[in-house]
Amino acid sequence: MTPDRLRAALRGVPDPQWLDAALRRVAADPAAIPRLFAIAARRCGRGPLPDPPGWTVDEAVRALLLTALPTGHATAAEALYRHGDAAEKRAVLRALPLLPIGAECVPLLHDAIRTNDTRLVAAALGPYARHLEQPAWRQAVLKCVFTGVPLAVVDDLDGRADGELAAMLAALAAERTAAGRAMPADATELLDRLGAGSHPTTAREA
Amino acid sequence: MRIFDPHIHMTSRTTDDYERMAAAGVRAVVEPAFWLGQPRTSVDTFVDYFDSLIGWEPFRAGQFGVRHHATVALNPKEANDPRCRPVLDLLPRYLDKDGVVAVGEIGYDSMTPAEDAAFAGQLALAVAHDLPALVHTPHRDKAHGVERTLAVVAESGIDPGRVLVDHLNEITVKLVRDTGCWLGFSIYPETKMSPPRMVELLRTYGTERMLVNSAADWGRSDPLLTRATGEAMLLAGFTDDDVDRVLWRNPVEFYGQSGRLDLTDLEDSAVTFAGNSILRGGE
Ligand SMILES: [Zn+2]
Repeated sequence: MTPDRLRAALRGVPDPQWLDAALRRVAADPAAIPRLFAIAARRCGRGPLPDPPGWTVDEAVRALLLTALPTGHATAAEALYRHGDAAEKRAVLRALPLLPIGAECVPLLHDAIRTNDTRLVAAALGPYARHLEQPAWRQAVLKCVFTGVPLAVVDDLDGRADGELAAMLAALAAERTAAGRAMPADATELLDRLGAGSHPTTAREA
Repeated sequence: MRIFDPHIHMTSRTTDDYERMAAAGVRAVVEPAFWLGQPRTSVDTFVDYFDSLIGWEPFRAGQFGVRHHATVALNPKEANDPRCRPVLDLLPRYLDKDGVVAVGEIGYDSMTPAEDAAFAGQLALAVAHDLPALVHTPHRDKAHGVERTLAVVAESGIDPGRVLVDHLNEITVKLVRDTGCWLGFSIYPETKMSPPRMVELLRTYGTERMLVNSAADWGRSDPLLTRATGEAMLLAGFTDDDVDRVLWRNPVEFYGQSGRLDLTDLEDSAVTFAGNSILRGGE
């Protein structure tokens, strides 16, 4: 994802002048961002964008506002997340991979993954999660399976899934089987791809 | 019967309540910030409370297809505690949020000078943020409290059509009826109003600018008493349209003045992913 692609996707907002002015304002006066960030959905809308898929209008507008800052992206992202409602927090998480911040905002991912709001957990597992240490990433993927968040939201799932995640998923599958409950299909498929299989195997094959 | 409960403290209610409310026809609620039974001792605890009103609680409501909005304010009880008063400085940040549709609950508890200052100051905030105001009226010394409330509202310069004066009864309704303010009635199992008494008031005063709420919280209260009131209205000969006006269109019109009421796709509970944690009983 790039800011240019989001900007192009937002050509159809109801009030393009507002968006242009807001982006210029943030570039010139970074202190203006909290209020513009808060009211962005009311001014631009909240519906899904046809492209890029998986983005809503308000997320894209807020991500662009963050990218328009001249400096201090990490500090601003942190403050907007801490002071944001759920939609603002989600937009900050989506924006993180677009910002020149290195791994500085990883604590926001930890916060989001700790919540019980599945939309925040999902938003924390985008491309910026490459900065997330492996144990926390595995726990987050497991939490998705647990709470019914589709694994399609997890960036680089197959690249990063390892034997330990497979073992955790297999244990969950065994627990679910014992309880007579189903595993989500995407988790079973991941297990199959990892070669662990979702079916219990016995140690004494021969 | 579609129901909008314009005053209910869901923070104090269980997820089972959301399930029962949704089944009874409650599709939208407004949760005013108030006190929690246990007095708070610092500003930070209000931050967590307000954040929950614009974060977790709307998410929880969304699991059941219930649309959740909030009003934010420093309540009159805690306005008396100097440790809580700096909450007033936090409010502008919250009054910009999408889910915040009014300033409230403000008003009087014991009618102290500290309450005077917080009430007038927060009415001014409502004007500055172009938001309506939800005004709590005191339980003790009620008639006198309502008179003083109306005097402060008049003095503030806020349009009375953007003020909801709540917790009214047979005595205090008379004081508010001709002021241009909206009138709120809290239906409680024991105290405040009951469905039959509410029906009588609607017969006497009509349905215009009249709002019915459960004000359900951590005390003895019942989130389904909005529905019970609608049924009592029908039994008493009111039409479906009358019920819809009181239980849906009036609250929509009042809070709609904020420009922030979002009732789109109410049937669509796509706010979350299917099979989320709450419906599955959490983790
Ligand atoms: Zn209340």
